[in-house]
Amino acid sequence: MATMLRDTDTYIMHFDRFGKELAAQGPSSLLPLRREAMAHFTELGFPTTRHEEWRYTSVAPITRIRFQPAVADGNGLTQAHLPLGRITGCRLVFVNGRYASELSTPGIHAERGWTLPRAVKAGSLAAALKTDFERVETHLARYAAFHQHPFVALNTALMEDGAFLHIPRGVIVEEPIHLVFIATRAPSGRGEPVVSHPRTLIVAEENSLATVIETYAGPDGDVYFTNAVTEIVAGENAVLDHYKVQQESEAAFHIATLHVQQARSSTFSSHSISLGGALVRNDVRAVLDGPGSESTLNGLYVARGQQHVDNHTVIDHAKSHCNSHELYKGILDGRATGVFNGKIFVRPGAQKTDARQTNQNLLLSQDAVIDTKPQLEIFADDVRCTHGATVGQLDEDAIFYLRSRGIGVEEARGLLTYAFASDVLGQFKIESLRTHLEELLHARLLRGERVRERR
Amino acid sequence: MLEIKDLYAKVGDNQILRGVTLTVNPGEVHAVMGPNGSGKSTLANVLAGRDTFEVTEGEVLYEGRNLLEMDPEERAREGVFMAFQYPVEIPGVSNLYFLKAAANAIRKHRGLQELDAMDFLALVREKAGLLEMDQNLLNRPVNEGFSGGEKKRNEIFQLAVLEPRLAILDETDSGLDIDALRTVARGVNALRSPDRAFIVVTHYQRLLNHIVPDHVHVLFNGRIARSGGKGLALELEAKGYAWIEDELVGAART
Repeated sequence: MATMLRDTDTYIMHFDRFGKELAAQGPSSLLPLRREAMAHFTELGFPTTRHEEWRYTSVAPITRIRFQPAVADGNGLTQAHLPLGRITGCRLVFVNGRYASELSTPGIHAERGWTLPRAVKAGSLAAALKTDFERVETHLARYAAFHQHPFVALNTALMEDGAFLHIPRGVIVEEPIHLVFIATRAPSGRGEPVVSHPRTLIVAEENSLATVIETYAGPDGDVYFTNAVTEIVAGENAVLDHYKVQQESEAAFHIATLHVQQARSSTFSSHSISLGGALVRNDVRAVLDGPGSESTLNGLYVARGQQHVDNHTVIDHAKSHCNSHELYKGILDGRATGVFNGKIFVRPGAQKTDARQTNQNLLLSQDAVIDTKPQLEIFADDVRCTHGATVGQLDEDAIFYLRSRGIGVEEARGLLTYAFASDVLGQFKIESLRTHLEELLHARLLRGERVRERR
Repeated sequence: MLEIKDLYAKVGDNQILRGVTLTVNPGEVHAVMGPNGSGKSTLANVLAGRDTFEVTEGEVLYEGRNLLEMDPEERAREGVFMAFQYPVEIPGVSNLYFLKAAANAIRKHRGLQELDAMDFLALVREKAGLLEMDQNLLNRPVNEGFSGGEKKRNEIFQLAVLEPRLAILDETDSGLDIDALRTVARGVNALRSPDRAFIVVTHYQRLLNHIVPDHVHVLFNGRIARSGGKGLALELEAKGYAWIEDELVGAART
């Protein structure tokens, strides 16, 4: 009798193949770490909906497909194909998870007269593991919980490349650093769906300031799997703004973890917009690990058709006198499903914590579903924590008001939907990014409405 | 311009209009008065196309066309405008953006070129001046955080920008202090023209001191109980609505 294949076997095979290549590379291969992570992955297995953290998100569609490891293949990509081309500043491009130097402009923008400060390191993680091993090794996989989260474990075992950013103490990077993760269509004849495990490490030392954008995109309609992990270390008084634009193919799978570890008086903000993907899971965890630090988590998720988008956030108030503000908004149409799970921990001794969380959802159709769950676990007594969640439809009075002024019903609905998202987008500080997203959203919301009209 | 013939309308099982007949010609100002619950606002909302009201009988012709068959936006594009009794707050949409979308939807319908940002701004500035609108309100979200008076002023400001042929003012005077009332009335009077008509729905006579009507109608129990000139409004002010009621009851007895 043939042995049943377990759903984890595909990845165990990837690791066996990969491990042989790595063994030759010495310490920079991180082989012991990878083995440990793979052991955790094998032990944890893929989560099921019986798992509390995955109750509303079934990853069965991912485990059913035997993804192949992605190969580095630019497939004729040029700069013109890249999303968010208008963003100025340093750009690092990763094709199927691997650094693509021919598409990247890591340091200098001669035509714009702008140079990345020389002390800043911005490049490929794989390269940094060879040239800057100690610095990378000090932080890599120290924060994102590969012993608990199966996808983080998988990423840690199989990661090949991603970005490594190091902003030394006191350095201010004025222009955003743009990380573009792009999936390409498999070469003809080899149509197997591929998986990549991009891994990014951002170390912002004390008194530094930087802005990082991560964009994820791929060919429309293609099936592939992005399993990304980003770790951010914010030193004392560091200010780091992080943006994530997820516009994967609507047939793709996107699982990502962002972990930020904050030291005393650091300020971090995460702005996330999720538009693409058939099945999306974003885990964001901010650990306020030094007194006086501040975290802002700001998110927008937009889904239609049969898209499923799950945002799990954790704000861990580990020390006293920290503030956190969280605003997540969802717009769900068609038969889309959404999940928001926002956990706030206030650890013993984390007095004078001020934590505010809001989740608002707009359902545009009868069949769209949202599961929203705030979770507060408070172990200190002198704190202020507030949370609120709402689920609603478009306001009929507002629609009538707009129509009574000559605005068509579909445009009115689009306008109100767009307005619902505006306070999240309004917090995007990079003007070119905000304008781009506003246009993207505007087009999408109005186009969505036209599709509805035809039905 | 507008012919309302034997109009019946209800909300749910509640019959509100019971046979309203009214003709409005270009250039005229008609005041529709009446006690609470008489159907004044229902009449205004039915004309604007609010679908919470169901028309059960009668017809409304606007410029010879069946108004009741038109969507609210089509009515607006054809030149019907209602100033709301309770203007709606729309967070996230700036007043200016909203008005530009509206003005251009109407212009497009009329075969006119859409206004560019500069032309539109010039138009808006001029009209805002007419109504002594705080320019800051233009960039704020529609009606959000506006005072009662600011909201009403904003309605008349929209009227001024959109230049309808038939303007219906639904209790625009409620919630206005006397200065705001004068400003709003001045705005309306400046917009009076031989080819534009107004229906001014109001509970009190005081607005009609400033916007002097050609005709006054008293709505009672969903029907126009009495029509007359501007003197009728003064008579109502002096005697109250009970007088009409007594007359109606008296007439029914004889």
